[in-house]
Amino acid sequence: MKFTVERDVLAEAVTWTARSLPSRPSIPVLAGVRIEASAEGLALSSFDYEVSAVSEITADVAEPGSLLVSGRLLAEISRALPARPVEVTVEGTRAVLTCGSSRFTLLTMPIEDYPSLPALPPASGTIDAHAFAEAVGQVTVAASRDETLPLLTGVRIEIEDDLLTLLATDRYRLAMREVSWNPATRGISATALVRARTLSEVAKSLTSAGSISLSLPTGQGSDIVGFEAGGRRTTSLLVDGDYPPVRRLFPEVTTSHAVVTTSSLIEAARRVALVAERNTPIRLEFSEGQVVLEAGQGEDAQASEAIEASFEGEAVTTAYNPGYLLDALGAVGKEFTRLSFTHGTKPSVITGQTALDSTTDEGFRYLIQPIRFAG
Amino acid sequence: MDERGGPWRWGEDDSGTPILHVDMDAFFASVEVAARPGLRGRAMVVGGRERGVVLAATYEARAFGIRSGMPMATAIARLPSVIVVPPDHESYRRVSRQVMAVLAEITPQLQQVSVDEAFLDVSGARRRLGSPARIGTLVRERVRREVGLPISVGIASTMFVAKVASTRAKPDGMLLVPEHATVDFLHALPVAALWGVGESTASRLADLGIRTVAELATAPRSSLAARLGPAAAHRLHDLAWGRDPRVVTPERTERSVSAEHTFPVDVTDRAELARTALAQTHTCARRLREAGMLARGVTLKVRLADFTTLTRSRRLDVPTDVAAALHGTVRALLAAVDVPATGVRLIGVRADDLVVAAGTPVQATLGDDGDDRRALEVAVDAVDRRFGGGAAVAASLLQAPPVPATQPTPSDPAVGAREPVPDRSRGDRTGRRADEPGPRSGLRRDSTTATPKPRIS
Repeated sequence: MKFTVERDVLAEAVTWTARSLPSRPSIPVLAGVRIEASAEGLALSSFDYEVSAVSEITADVAEPGSLLVSGRLLAEISRALPARPVEVTVEGTRAVLTCGSSRFTLLTMPIEDYPSLPALPPASGTIDAHAFAEAVGQVTVAASRDETLPLLTGVRIEIEDDLLTLLATDRYRLAMREVSWNPATRGISATALVRARTLSEVAKSLTSAGSISLSLPTGQGSDIVGFEAGGRRTTSLLVDGDYPPVRRLFPEVTTSHAVVTTSSLIEAARRVALVAERNTPIRLEFSEGQVVLEAGQGEDAQASEAIEASFEGEAVTTAYNPGYLLDALGAVGKEFTRLSFTHGTKPSVITGQTALDSTTDEGFRYLIQPIRFAG
Repeated sequence: MDERGGPWRWGEDDSGTPILHVDMDAFFASVEVAARPGLRGRAMVVGGRERGVVLAATYEARAFGIRSGMPMATAIARLPSVIVVPPDHESYRRVSRQVMAVLAEITPQLQQVSVDEAFLDVSGARRRLGSPARIGTLVRERVRREVGLPISVGIASTMFVAKVASTRAKPDGMLLVPEHATVDFLHALPVAALWGVGESTASRLADLGIRTVAELATAPRSSLAARLGPAAAHRLHDLAWGRDPRVVTPERTERSVSAEHTFPVDVTDRAELARTALAQTHTCARRLREAGMLARGVTLKVRLADFTTLTRSRRLDVPTDVAAALHGTVRALLAAVDVPATGVRLIGVRADDLVVAAGTPVQATLGDDGDDRRALEVAVDAVDRRFGGGAAVAASLLQAPPVPATQPTPSDPAVGAREPVPDRSRGDRTGRRADEPGPRSGLRRDSTTATPKPRIS
């Protein structure tokens, strides 16, 4: 086996492929990156039985073959090499990597012990890679990080013809993003529950390509989801379990509405939240023309700030975990934010809009449960 | 006046002695005797018969050398006819609350230090109730009359001396140590009477030729420091001269509530462990509600057959007093424990890092603000109180598979689905029911020895 590849191309491909390698693998070969050299170029792959990744790159292959080496080490070495072509050959059980006057000898791992990667399911459709990354970023903030609730560490992906919906909740807030996409077949309908951390990494790392192809499980017995873009493809096991019917948590009608400048509310909330101790809320009091933010009580430090708000309906006083509010405001992605209420103790809906008086963008909705005070 | 010289053997001047230490006599045993007069005058111990230790012994049992903390097997060996009564911590807690309520009426300057012990600073109660000695007598009369139990009272100028005095007053007595007599009183005692002097310190002191408090008080501090370390030397020297800087500090908040169960036979079945932990979670949640507290953390304790004890703790996202909310964490903690083939001897659940519920901000859950489940558990509390059955636990929860937390639990049982588990079955199961006379329903409602066995129907 012998090939030559550009340093940047190799470094990027190895870094991406090795990104999810376990630091303490259950079996040693899983710490490896497999490289297959053929007439078409190189295919680098990694797999930890949950997530698989394959990256195809062009290379000058003198002698086809395959090789398994430590992914972490190869990634570090390839990033540190000078910007020159990299030549890799295999000599017995060693891989020799030469770049300019640098030379590395790496022990190879037994490739016959390496598990075969799951095949990418057929594509369900495609979506603009940046739009996908934005949508994923908007919902993953609301996913749970509590590993004791695996179901809620996932993002629910639903496709229904040309509509793709992402949902995530940690029980205290719920983020939902609807975005249009290009289904492979008309009328397609599928769902998948993917770990939020995996989805977030995948979406961010596939933005260099124009569009990304999604493969959702369509029938019985298929339990992986796949993503492919620009010569990179990755699969992930689905999170087990039936996702609760969370959409119905959004109120059908809201009776009071406030519209504020997103950046003003973010800044005010950040300032006031400085005095909110862990697990204590910031309080928001909405009334004609303004919202007053307050935090702290009794003998503790206190803060308050009023900002301009356009408000209709009965005055509302509510209290939120400041982190949850700021996550929402960071995710709306519009100059103005609308907050819709039924009652101060009931969940409120946060959406974005482009102007003070424009209609609100229902494509992204964030439901936030207030903090109450125990009796 | 009895042979010990009575309350006044060190003098009657109580002008400088506002500190009372009150201590129930053989508390658990006294509660059992009060509940069943047939036990009166008998040698009886409270504790688990099979593998437990003596938690309390009547003075009749103590006459045979039986002491609390002793392995039950040793106690039975000393007096094979001793009556063994399984503990009923639920009623001990209830009686304890009654006693503390009486004390709280004497003065709010009350510091409860254990289930059966408290310090009072009666400085502010003199005008209302009289001198400390009068108040001590009043406390004894009221506890005897209103709770039906004997209590001993030590009266002194400091907490430490009051505690020593109550020990010297037992059983069912009172001892005043006037301020001017403090040093004489202490110096007549063996060093082991001092707070913090256990066997090892006592033997180190004996190496220095110190056996009494008087000898300790007059020993050069430098030689004490060389033998015990400067901090301990300083503290013991102060105590030997009756100096104790502590003041009675009313402590209103409990730090944790817990339930434990020692299995009669080591358990390897995860399902049984899980059921026991669930029942204990309900017990903890109920106690949180009774106390008006919320837990911010949960600890699971597992003692293996070889006595290795594992504790696993986790903070909660949201403080709670609802079993359904605590249980997710308990279940996760239990899932992370490797159960060895030799099995588990004891399991326990503790709700800790408590805060007063009133006014505490609670992040509610979408679609379920927690009130529904809480309301259910509160309803179940009421049923328990009415039917006297702490044994009853929501049956369907005991068998329910993991329920996604965002979903309401439609299978939550109606109150009527709960059944009181017949006491006898549990007693038989644990093999701990002994030859105590007369049935009493409360006896087996103890979370530490008789966690209800769930019914699989």
